Amino acid sequence: MKPERETMSTSELISKITELEGQIVKLTKQTKSDVSKLKTQQNRADEAVNDLKVIQQQLLQQEKLASLGQLTAGIAHEIKNPLNFVNNFSELSMDFIQEIEEELEKLNDSTEKENILELLSDVKSNLHKIKHHGSRADSIVKSMLMHSRGGTGTMDPTNLNDLIREYVNLAFHGMRANKNPINVDIRLDLDESLSKININAEDFSRVILNLSKNAFDAMRDKIAVKGSAYKSILAVRTKDLGDKVLIVVEDNGPGVPDEIRDKLLIPFFTTKKGTEGTGLGLSITHEIIKTHEGSLEIESELDQFTRFKITLPKTTT
Amino acid sequence: MKILFVDDERDVEALFRQKFRKEIKSGELELSFAFSGDEALDLLGTENPPKFVYVFSDINMPGMSGLDLLEKIKGKFPQIKVSMISAYGDTENYNKAINSGAQGFFTKPVDFEKLRNEIKEISRA
Repeated sequence: MKPERETMSTSELISKITELEGQIVKLTKQTKSDVSKLKTQQNRADEAVNDLKVIQQQLLQQEKLASLGQLTAGIAHEIKNPLNFVNNFSELSMDFIQEIEEELEKLNDSTEKENILELLSDVKSNLHKIKHHGSRADSIVKSMLMHSRGGTGTMDPTNLNDLIREYVNLAFHGMRANKNPINVDIRLDLDESLSKININAEDFSRVILNLSKNAFDAMRDKIAVKGSAYKSILAVRTKDLGDKVLIVVEDNGPGVPDEIRDKLLIPFFTTKKGTEGTGLGLSITHEIIKTHEGSLEIESELDQFTRFKITLPKTTT
Repeated sequence: MKILFVDDERDVEALFRQKFRKEIKSGELELSFAFSGDEALDLLGTENPPKFVYVFSDINMPGMSGLDLLEKIKGKFPQIKVSMISAYGDTENYNKAINSGAQGFFTKPVDFEKLRNEIKEISRA
């Protein structure tokens, strides 16, 4: 018997070749699409690796911040001791001058006595100034210590307006003391009829710090674009809403584009370059507000303003 | 009444002597100062009954800590009252002190009115 192959006719051969050609084309297409799939997958992997690198950098940053926090706590403590002496001795000296004045009153009037009393009153006023500025420094050291300690988690009746005044001020001076300070007009409009509300002052002060810091960073970017014609303003308002309290932190910076607004609260989301931002500030802020059973709303108009609206219930369960 | 203050900051002596000026002048109080735990133990000596009624000690000191000193004093002279004065008012230090038999725990900056009341109460008893 002759082999089958030899019995194939030309037409059969052609059709076989066409069939094989078709298969080759199909396979080539398949391979091409596989290669492109592989390429997209590789791109995705590269992106993931890049993301991981960024997160690693951010974690490093966090680590650094944590050790910086410990360092700050140590320094704050070391400053607190000498500061206590300054405050104690100035207070004590004021008491003594009071006593000296009382003793002097028993003496007959004379020009010398007059002179001594006058000098003593100057010394007393100087001591008042030492005590006053010492107390200022003391309250800064106290807030530094408060921040480096972990939250105790207790909700205590707190004067919200006082807390806002203190921490907006602290955020402002922190910004001024760091690199690229900017001029900001701080406008506080606080509802003084507001009674104390139950909050964790330590955690909530972080909210005020974070939002203020964000505003300063955003406004700094706008200054870089617009120059000195633009005047940056940070406005913080409180309002008594009956069973709730409204806190508004608003800046007149570049605003937040719609497509980004929803992402602002996602952990590690940041518009800041490289390791400038951890992408955690706003997510921590949101977290703290949630533990206070409150809500956070973001309103913004490009190039006009960004407004963070916090609503807190007056009584938490 | 004899009271011993233990603190590694030497200016504590001037501060307390001035704060209790009237009580010292009237003879109501007699203050002594030690600047380390070892110095405090030396001052307390071996006299029994001891000449000091009350010891106030800082916690963070180089060498012997205030908490170690507290245990040593309580071991030797259980009748002496010991209170801690510390800038670190955390619960860990507080619990350690109270569990080791401390009479009280004062945080820095010292509230002198509170301290004065504490001393008055002891001198009355």
